[in-house]
Amino acid sequence: MIDISKFKPKTVYVTYIAATPEAVWQALTDPAFTRQYFVGFSVEVEPKAGGTFKMLYPDGRTHIGGQVVEWSPPRRFACTWVVEGMADFAELPACIVTYEIEPAGEAVRLTMTEAHSWDVPEAILAGGRGGWPAILSSLKSVLETGKPLAIQMSPPPEMMDAVKKAAAERPWLK
Amino acid sequence: MSKPTFVYVTYIAATPEKVWQALTDPDLTEKYWFGYRVSARGQAGDPVTAVSPRGKEVHRDALIESDPPRRLSYSWHPLYRGMSDERPSRVTFTIEPFKNQIRLTIVHDDFDEGSKVYESIKGGWPAVLSSLKSFLETGCGLESSWSEADQKRVAEMEAGL
Repeated sequence: MIDISKFKPKTVYVTYIAATPEAVWQALTDPAFTRQYFVGFSVEVEPKAGGTFKMLYPDGRTHIGGQVVEWSPPRRFACTWVVEGMADFAELPACIVTYEIEPAGEAVRLTMTEAHSWDVPEAILAGGRGGWPAILSSLKSVLETGKPLAIQMSPPPEMMDAVKKAAAERPWLK
Repeated sequence: MSKPTFVYVTYIAATPEKVWQALTDPDLTEKYWFGYRVSARGQAGDPVTAVSPRGKEVHRDALIESDPPRRLSYSWHPLYRGMSDERPSRVTFTIEPFKNQIRLTIVHDDFDEGSKVYESIKGGWPAVLSSLKSFLETGCGLESSWSEADQKRVAEMEAGL
């Protein structure tokens, strides 16, 4: 059983979207939407706490695997995340990604929090710091204009090296 | 406690020129910046003005750098009581082409420890820049999400100017 209190927020991204909370919830949990804005990955989620959570490559392989920590439509969706589809990344402890959807006037405030249970090097956090603004900007464009942004992202080189090092040294065990 | 810095990145389906105009032309800022008219045109040293929907001048800023349509930087000096005694901070916008979009980065820094202005801007910028993105992509900015209590408080802050 995961101890949520051990996880500290390391990256937070806030965006305001002209859409209903239900529409934002659907965009986060429906593969027809995530395929458009989440770097081509399809979400597959069992809609309950403890359910499985996956982000799949177009060929059906798992890129991200995890478990639902909280399922409270249309307000809060949290899951553990492990990048199972990439060597070395798969060795790192799971992080927790939480999406909070709050009404903000006629719009919605979406807050994404990436929380970790260990002292993650900045070079590894750089992946999320670079990726989340692009992914969530594209989600906003899909909901407001029907068109995603054309953004290709790949992990920064320093991140690959830092993940390899962490997978070898396992600092979270010390 | 160290000196705070605010950084925010958003990607917008618009040209650099359109983003630049939206950031610097008060007729455009009025449409997404919750009614505020911000004029940031000219060259380094020229004044930047900010006028509230109630017609009050609420800032006394100046351009630090103007390199259209790539980089815009100006000082940030709100005139509200409780904030006006802080020394000016600094806002820098960088507009980078990114495939068919642009990446807009804002860095708001040069705060002292414990800055009240920092506390006010860290919640404000994501709302303003989300509204800017909506305006450029759909033609409409976002409605203000301020509660009646927030609006009353801001009106009171302005009344003292």
